[in-house]
Amino acid sequence: MLTLDINGEARQVDVPDDMPLLWVLRDVAGLTGTKFGCGVALCGCCTVHLDGEPVRSCVTAVGDAVGRKITTIEAIGDTPAGARIQKAWLDLEVVQCGYCQPGQIMSATALIAAKPSPTDGDIDTAMSGNICRCGTYPRIRAAIKRAAAA
Amino acid sequence: MTKMFSGRDLHRRSFLAGTTALVVAAALPIGSRIARAAAAAGPFAPNAFIRIGEDGKIVLIMRDVEMGQGIWTGASMLVAEELDVGLDQVTPDFAPPNDKLYANPLLGLQATGGSTSIRADWESLRKAAAIARAALVQAAAKQWKLDPAALTVERGVVKHGASGKTASYASLVPAAVAAPLPADAPLKDRKDWKLIGTPQKRFDTPTKVNGKTVYGIDVQIPGMKIAAVAMCPVLGGKVARLDDAAARKLPGVVDVLKIEEGVAVVGDHFWAAKQGLDALDVDWDLGPNAGLSQADIVKGHADASEGDGIVAKQEGDADKAIAGAAVKLDAVYQLPFLAHAPMEPINCTVHVRPDGVEVWCGTQVPARAQALAAEVAGVKPEQVTLHGHMIGGGFGRRLEWEYVGIATAFAKQVSYPLKMIWTRETDIQRDRYRPFYYDHIAAGLDASGRIVGWTHKTTGSSVMARWAPPGMRKNGIDPDAVECAEDPIYETGALKVSWVRHEPPGVVTAWWRAVGPAHNIFVMESFIDELAHAAKQDPVAFRRPLLQKQPRALKVLELAAEKSGWGTPVPAGVGRGIMVQFAFGSYLSVVCEVEVAEGGQIRLRRVTAAMDCGQPVNPDSVRAQIEGGLVFGMTAALYGEVTFDRGRVQQTNFNNYRMLRMDEAPPIEVHIVDSTETPGGLGETGTAAAFPAVANAVFAASGRRVRRLPIAGSLVTGA
Repeated sequence: MLTLDINGEARQVDVPDDMPLLWVLRDVAGLTGTKFGCGVALCGCCTVHLDGEPVRSCVTAVGDAVGRKITTIEAIGDTPAGARIQKAWLDLEVVQCGYCQPGQIMSATALIAAKPSPTDGDIDTAMSGNICRCGTYPRIRAAIKRAAAA
Repeated sequence: MTKMFSGRDLHRRSFLAGTTALVVAAALPIGSRIARAAAAAGPFAPNAFIRIGEDGKIVLIMRDVEMGQGIWTGASMLVAEELDVGLDQVTPDFAPPNDKLYANPLLGLQATGGSTSIRADWESLRKAAAIARAALVQAAAKQWKLDPAALTVERGVVKHGASGKTASYASLVPAAVAAPLPADAPLKDRKDWKLIGTPQKRFDTPTKVNGKTVYGIDVQIPGMKIAAVAMCPVLGGKVARLDDAAARKLPGVVDVLKIEEGVAVVGDHFWAAKQGLDALDVDWDLGPNAGLSQADIVKGHADASEGDGIVAKQEGDADKAIAGAAVKLDAVYQLPFLAHAPMEPINCTVHVRPDGVEVWCGTQVPARAQALAAEVAGVKPEQVTLHGHMIGGGFGRRLEWEYVGIATAFAKQVSYPLKMIWTRETDIQRDRYRPFYYDHIAAGLDASGRIVGWTHKTTGSSVMARWAPPGMRKNGIDPDAVECAEDPIYETGALKVSWVRHEPPGVVTAWWRAVGPAHNIFVMESFIDELAHAAKQDPVAFRRPLLQKQPRALKVLELAAEKSGWGTPVPAGVGRGIMVQFAFGSYLSVVCEVEVAEGGQIRLRRVTAAMDCGQPVNPDSVRAQIEGGLVFGMTAALYGEVTFDRGRVQQTNFNNYRMLRMDEAPPIEVHIVDSTETPGGLGETGTAAAFPAVANAVFAASGRRVRRLPIAGSLVTGA
């Protein structure tokens, strides 16, 4: 039995240590906002924060998340940076199908939390691990700049 | 407005069997080849419904599924406009599977595709709303003994200015239901529009930014288990021997299920199921396609392309005109199979019970999904409840429905609800692919650079013949195979367009975003660029005289050229490519600016698009669809290719089926032409345009003409 801190709440889960955090969140904790896209850290759909750092939960063993603060899309709006990013996403109508957007928002939030005024190069570095098939990249870039300026 | 779109809500509300409601069927005046063929089999059936409840709630039952294109918002705008209600007063919801009630008239069945939604909705939904409004106003006029013409409506409240009388739509519902519906009602004059043509926020965005939207893959049903599947790596093969002893011993593994073409390991969660899958010992009977190689596929198409094919269009003697031309040019273009790879991998949840079947999934073809689940489960279609869900990327993939059958075949072996999730590898390797194409194109120019003859013969698989046989023409032509090719927007002189059908064994082909135009526009617009260079003319200047009878095409061409700085100097290694098209009912011209490094690496620097899509409904969605469509097309133009070896698809995941990423995505400017013409389609336009825009830019930058996609592969291997 592992104890996890998910969005500020202590959760007991009976899973093996090496189970990816993604499937613990989705299939055990019932938090389906974090998405499965590739399973091998190529697409960024499953991005969550561990102590504020973005990680790909599909390749993060749940054992490595014990003792750290896990934040998912469901609670990122409670952080100042997350709230700014979500508002910018709404203001600029970034989203199309939306499936990759939880991961995009988690990556973008971590970026502006760490770098309040990101350059285009910073955005490229932070966001190029997140694929969007609908092609919302230009709006994501604009929304990050808007959130940073807010 | 925040609302979780879940099919479970829909089911609970049972909106079709609910309380008194004014239900207006939308009659659709738009016909099509498929629709006419299908209509011959039955009476005319309305296909969209407006429901106004006594509680005042206005529900628009959506024939079109929302997969990011913004149609739920666009269609709702049309209704709200004519009903004289606020967009915030309208709630879009899923239509249940019903090909009779909810057929898209441009497609002839309940399907969302072909960039047809707004075109199909434009007259029909507005008319349905206008009739609903007229019925409610009439009810008020009768109660007040006043002339309906003296009444106005604002935000769903009928008013008589002189007397100050008011009545809400909700209060008028019983009277409107009791009275006969007006046969017709006039549409608003455009000067009175409040919503159409204004940028509106989408209904689905709020829950998509906070993780609350429930896609098919997110469904949670009490007692549900999760299945990971291994499908035979070669299409047409089957399970020969299965040893599941090791898998069954793993913690969390619940069951191992077999169907002819694959195995599912069922777990308490996906991870247990996937671990179980990895522990299986399976021998496959690879079947008849085990020897299939990419060289066979290319040769098969090349050989077939030497045949005469079926003529789709012939005007004059094009071969003779070309033979006598001052400048002659011919070329072969090759386009690869393409996977859809939507971000939401294929999944489907099915519960087979003694009393019926429940299915939860995203689908672009609900009635087909329902029918297949029924067939596999051995029940009647009406015993299958289909819960529709938001789709995490369609692009044509969810116009296929075979995955519903596979999920049902596994689920009927167990008593609990079963959620089948494909890994990304299975999603790519068991996709149904955009056809491979092998095109011969030729043209002749006179001394002034005018085209005197044009021949275009396309060779490839027919999606239509499998997917919608009534869509085939009597002479055997698949209209998709020659779409745009048979109607060049240019004056071409003599013209011959033909098609050779070639079905590669062991491959199922399917609709892929931008369908026929993504194929033919690439070939035609690349070849026009070749002709311009052969005539030693600027590609814009070359096109102008050929477009004199196409003022809308000419206008977007000029606009894209102007806004892109066409003709202004660029640094060494940089070039601009231009294209123009009429496809999906809209005119689009795109200029792409690229840099090609010595090693052949391509950087997309900037894209400028000029769109005339007629009257825009939601201009911000227009921009979003062009931006996204362009990125989707540029991705495939640069990298997209599915290949086969020993019958197996060689691509597995995003490492070798590459996607354009943030650091490669160029800035995109979209300029929308002010227009009052009937709205055209949008979702696929940018995708079709991207291929030739990038390829022509690569030529301008590097002098290398790409006649075989993908471009990145061609530049490296020197095609």
